[in-house]
Amino acid sequence: MQIEASLWNASWATDGGRMQISLSYAPFEARYRGFDVARCSVDKSSDMNQCYASHYWWNEVKKFRVKEMELSFTQGRWRYEQWGGFDPLSSNNAKPPGVELWAVFDVPQSLVDVYWRNLTHTLSGLFCASINFLESSTTYSAPELTFKPSFGNLRYGTLPREAVCTENLTPWLKLLPCRDKAGLSALMDRPSIYRGFYHSQRLRLTSSESGSDEVDSGIGLEQTLTVVLQPSSWRTGKTYSVETNIQPSWSISSIFGRNIPGKCVIAKSSNVYLHLDNGLVGELKNLERENAKYVANTFESEGFQSNHAFKISVTPDKVFEEVDYLHGKSTSVIYGFSVEKYSDSQPFDLGLTWKIPVVWSCQQAPLHASRFLMGSGNERGAIAISLESTESSEGLPTSHIIDGRCELRVDIFQVVPWYIKVYFHTLQVFVDKQPRAMADVVDKIRVSPSKDKVSPGVMEMILKLPCGSKSAAFSLEFDKGFLHIDEYPPDANQGFDIPSALISFPSFNARMNFSEDEFLNNSPILSKFQETSPVLSYTEVLLIPLTTPDFSMPYNVITITCTVFALYFGSLLNVLRRRVDEEERILRSRAGRKAGWISQLLSRLSAKLRGRPQEQPTSSLPYSFISFRLVLKILLVASIAVTWQYYFG
Amino acid sequence: MAETEVSKKRKRPIVRLAVLLLSHSVLVSVICCTAGVFGLLLLPVLAKNTYISENALMPGSASSMLSNQEVSEANKLIKELNNLHSNPLGATTESHGIIAKYMSNLGAQVNNHKFHPQLNQFHPLHFFSGPDSGVMQENSTRSLYGINTVGIIRAPRGDGKEAIVLVTPYNAVKGGVRETLSLGIAYSVFSLLTRVTWLAKDIIWLVADSQYGEYAPVAAWLRDYHTPAFSNLDSLNTETCHVGNNNFESKISYGIRRSGTMAAALVLGVAYGNENEDTLGIYAEASNGQMPNLDLINIVHYLAVHRQGLRVKVEQFHWLLNSKWVKSLGEVFESLGKMVKTLNPDWKLGISAADYVEGAATLASSLYHQALGVPTGPHGAFRDYQVDAITLEFSLRISFDRLDRRNDFLLHGGRINGLLGGITLFHF
Repeated sequence: MQIEASLWNASWATDGGRMQISLSYAPFEARYRGFDVARCSVDKSSDMNQCYASHYWWNEVKKFRVKEMELSFTQGRWRYEQWGGFDPLSSNNAKPPGVELWAVFDVPQSLVDVYWRNLTHTLSGLFCASINFLESSTTYSAPELTFKPSFGNLRYGTLPREAVCTENLTPWLKLLPCRDKAGLSALMDRPSIYRGFYHSQRLRLTSSESGSDEVDSGIGLEQTLTVVLQPSSWRTGKTYSVETNIQPSWSISSIFGRNIPGKCVIAKSSNVYLHLDNGLVGELKNLERENAKYVANTFESEGFQSNHAFKISVTPDKVFEEVDYLHGKSTSVIYGFSVEKYSDSQPFDLGLTWKIPVVWSCQQAPLHASRFLMGSGNERGAIAISLESTESSEGLPTSHIIDGRCELRVDIFQVVPWYIKVYFHTLQVFVDKQPRAMADVVDKIRVSPSKDKVSPGVMEMILKLPCGSKSAAFSLEFDKGFLHIDEYPPDANQGFDIPSALISFPSFNARMNFSEDEFLNNSPILSKFQETSPVLSYTEVLLIPLTTPDFSMPYNVITITCTVFALYFGSLLNVLRRRVDEEERILRSRAGRKAGWISQLLSRLSAKLRGRPQEQPTSSLPYSFISFRLVLKILLVASIAVTWQYYFG
Repeated sequence: MAETEVSKKRKRPIVRLAVLLLSHSVLVSVICCTAGVFGLLLLPVLAKNTYISENALMPGSASSMLSNQEVSEANKLIKELNNLHSNPLGATTESHGIIAKYMSNLGAQVNNHKFHPQLNQFHPLHFFSGPDSGVMQENSTRSLYGINTVGIIRAPRGDGKEAIVLVTPYNAVKGGVRETLSLGIAYSVFSLLTRVTWLAKDIIWLVADSQYGEYAPVAAWLRDYHTPAFSNLDSLNTETCHVGNNNFESKISYGIRRSGTMAAALVLGVAYGNENEDTLGIYAEASNGQMPNLDLINIVHYLAVHRQGLRVKVEQFHWLLNSKWVKSLGEVFESLGKMVKTLNPDWKLGISAADYVEGAATLASSLYHQALGVPTGPHGAFRDYQVDAITLEFSLRISFDRLDRRNDFLLHGGRINGLLGGITLFHF
């Protein structure tokens, strides 16, 4: 608790300058009179909700009874082929583009939807995003099988089209103890973050309370910002035919344009880690082995700090090596740097300079998933998910052996909006390019078909693929539905997004094993890496072109109806207030006057139209002439054809 | 007599009007026809310039940054391909290898696509192909096949939902300097697009093997892109090609790589021009007279004229350009417009006779091609999948044998790049 006072020397505060403040009496002593804290007193028995204040997170969580929640804002796509798909970093932090939100509630099932709705509204306000669109039941779903073990109290929703920008980052930064003013978060320079290829800000909340009056109830808030940045000397692809191209060197200041000026004062620990992944370490070891004569044992003792491949500008405080108990393959290395000893005058600026070109590839998820659309036209189409084995999966002793058969378990979770009417019975399965019966491959499937304008279609599948299979493909046919005119999003002509499908491999664990160390337990990120979590990957967002109406149509309809109504009422009023005798009298008097030839002509024409007898009889066509004219016409057409043929044929 | 008059009087005026019209049907039809023809002739006068809000689209903000490096690389590619022509036997497979090598050097994902040409590819009543269409009559054409080379650049910051297709027809056997040059342009554009970071959409470059016509390879690729064969039975792309002795050849997959939904497609071609200026021809009509979104044509036209200083030539009937009566009609309209302008200077009806003639020729050509219903280029294949596509044909003053001239021409790639940039932004 803290009370602050401030001194004001402005005219409004000093009674028009009569009671000036003399700073020579400093230091000042403040006395408070009639001091009263507008507090909220809570008895053990009464409801906590009356002390609710919306600007505190913990109150939100308590109010909405959130057990666990994760919210992510992502821009760009995670490229699993280039940036890896197996390590905890990509499994935990790669998210689908746009907004993804899931939450587990600690309420009875009948109330979950109500709490979810309230939560989306609150988050929408807090993060300046359109998360409130997740309120409608057409946008969220309740996965049970594949996403997370849950008992009907989990809700999951995504907004693939949400554009992420600084106004979403600022509220996120506000939750940090020092915002972006000090410590590690000083690096979060907006332009450099948004210049990157991919950024994803994630917020995860876990509440460990089991009852409202439990003493050890607590809320854990975990914030992660994942950014893939481009070194300033970066160039896409290889430079022309220059194969000996050294990968770009980088430093924190060159990437972010800022340094780390020491730690945030109230931070418990503040560390920077540099992770060399498996492929790179393996590649480096090979290089070491080649040059083993003079750099024997450097790896064991110093962990690459003084190797001939690269140079790190700051000496690491700690070096962690991943321990692979199963087989002695190359494992990753993490360098830990503590920021605590750095300050404004001597900022922390980590840099890595490459000396020789090294080519390595990241560890891939066992199967590379991609999803695409099939078919054309505005009526129907098909969604296809194709899984292709990656090279890295072959050497992994990963698959479960059940009943003497080697099987690979793959979970697929796919949400489809209601206007894409998926026919789940059309599910076709191909393994290794051979059509297979569904029962052979699909272990468990849970389908909740979409209801028009009520709920999206959800498909959850647990697959058991044979181990050696090189590829698997699934296709589902769908019809495209129609929307009401005000249900179309802005820029509907671009198409409609189908959220990413989630592919997980529960039999693979994306975790790192480090040799036991006390330091590890103090570091949240490393202990996070050690947690067992399945390998996840998200597929691309699909864009489906739907039929869109002409959006000016309603206005045209309104205009036309209004015109018709105006005409109708006008004529009706005219009829109602017309006096018949008067009109005839006027007409007669007008006829008495001499009419000009134009009016005579007009009256004659009108007489003709009215069907009164007229002077000249209507000239009826003599029928004998028709055949002659027909012949003439045919001749004309024929001659045109001949000339055409002659000149241009 | 009195009774008939009464009955006549009771007829409703609309019926009487109809009777009147019917009785003068010849006169009325002649009047309608002349009015129609007159309206058609008047159309070029009434045509307005399309307005493109620059602020909304920023079509020209993607400035051309084509450097000499790209041009020299493109030149190298052209030279290598031209050298192949001296040896026509192995030219087909080797040219694919060379193109694929250049593509993957740029960091693009490359794959080959093998197809059997469908000889009777055009169906007049075939408006949109459904997902199950495109079943080929295979046995007759088993032995014939062509190979398309496809390269994909993933937009670095995009989400990969959409793609823009760049097509260059290329015949490895018979293709002359003209076709290699269009490859060169496409290559320089492609290499530039691999470097830029503002791309909002993926770029697919399809080098269509035009041995069996320009339409067939594009149509075959689109069909396989949209209706892939998952099972072994009916796919031919799984067969590995053993012809290539090149080591690189074996690395290229024959499976189709995909990007997102296609947003637009541009077909690039080069023609020998005999005019005084470098011109850009735009062809847009697809099968059954379907037209792409006219915004695409407008954007290309706008960028080409205002930003790149090219002379744009939309397809025209050349005989109309020289015909006397159109010219005299144009003069009549011009004088009429002037007269109208003296009455009220706000009425802007008059256009010059030359403009009129040009407009009339364009209009006539467009009418003719739409009525005929045969696509005017490979872009017609895209329309079946509701993808907006046009063909751009560059034509030049001088022949391409001189190297400096060719460099100059390749720098035009920068202009196309500007166009493409505009289109990606436009479709964002």
